[in-house]
Amino acid sequence: MHIPDGYLGPTTSGFFYLLMLPLWAAASRIVKKTLQAKQVPLLAIGAAFSFVIMMFNIPIPCGSTGHAVGGALVSILLGPWAAMIAITVALVVQALLFGDGGVTAVGANCFNMAVVIPFVSYYTYRLIGAHAAKDSGRRVVAAFAAGYLGINAAALLAGVEFGLQPLLHHTAQGQALYCPYGLKVAVTAMAGEHLLVFGWVEAVVTALVIKYLQKQAPELISLEVQR
Amino acid sequence: MRIVTKFWIALGALVALSPLGLILPDRFKAGSAWGEWGVDEMEKLVGYAPQELKRLSAIWSAPMPDYALKGGAEKGLAHLSLAYALSAIIGAALIVLIVWLLGKFLVNKSE
Repeated sequence: MHIPDGYLGPTTSGFFYLLMLPLWAAASRIVKKTLQAKQVPLLAIGAAFSFVIMMFNIPIPCGSTGHAVGGALVSILLGPWAAMIAITVALVVQALLFGDGGVTAVGANCFNMAVVIPFVSYYTYRLIGAHAAKDSGRRVVAAFAAGYLGINAAALLAGVEFGLQPLLHHTAQGQALYCPYGLKVAVTAMAGEHLLVFGWVEAVVTALVIKYLQKQAPELISLEVQR
Repeated sequence: MRIVTKFWIALGALVALSPLGLILPDRFKAGSAWGEWGVDEMEKLVGYAPQELKRLSAIWSAPMPDYALKGGAEKGLAHLSLAYALSAIIGAALIVLIVWLLGKFLVNKSE
């Protein structure tokens, strides 16, 4: 889901950079108010966890690969705004140091993976897990759904971003200037592989860790403390 | 043991296991993720290299592209796996450092 340099035209990459600026500002303002000193190590671990989990490429038939993001888990434990900061740092390091995701696409990649995933996941978890006891199975189900829906929403959006490019930018002869695949192909590929494979990986990882934390550190999964 | 200590251990274990994310796709002959092809691959897929994609794809030269050492691709899977694990260590350490500093900065400002 890491869009490389050259796949998005200036309109799309510029739009998402502009969209991210106020979101990053809001995140730092909100996290400043809500983050407790003892949560800082957790935030650092969460960011590094997301970075490392994205290195576990999973092969799928048709010769492609993909991976979980870990964004659902980070947002459940620390809230969506803190998760936005953590995943943004992971994505920027991936782009600058490892060329994974383009520098021009940092805005789009951050919107997909550091905004859409945490917010969709967090509110799914809240919706399903609301008022459930900390040790209830409903929390695990909520975590599972949060993992599945968050990454799929992001994959769908990435598919749309890819797929818009041939419509927005092409030569007079009809050759694409950026991503050459249109909406139908891009959305089918991006949404399809996440609906079928990578969404389940994110869901299982999220649910298992929440189930483990129910016993080991129930205070971490209480929705009431963080926002 | 404190839960944060357990998290650190889990993170360390994931870093140590990270080469699986390279070895498994290699075993199953899986290539790039959808939409993350290089210019050459793109040319094979659609028959031409989109002009601006080709130009912009070279805009940034990462020091450890694709979690590998530059020029290490010819040295085989064992070498690549080590470089991959090294990337995981460097990346995770750097991210921990940045987020830690950022977190300290944000928390201090609120007090």
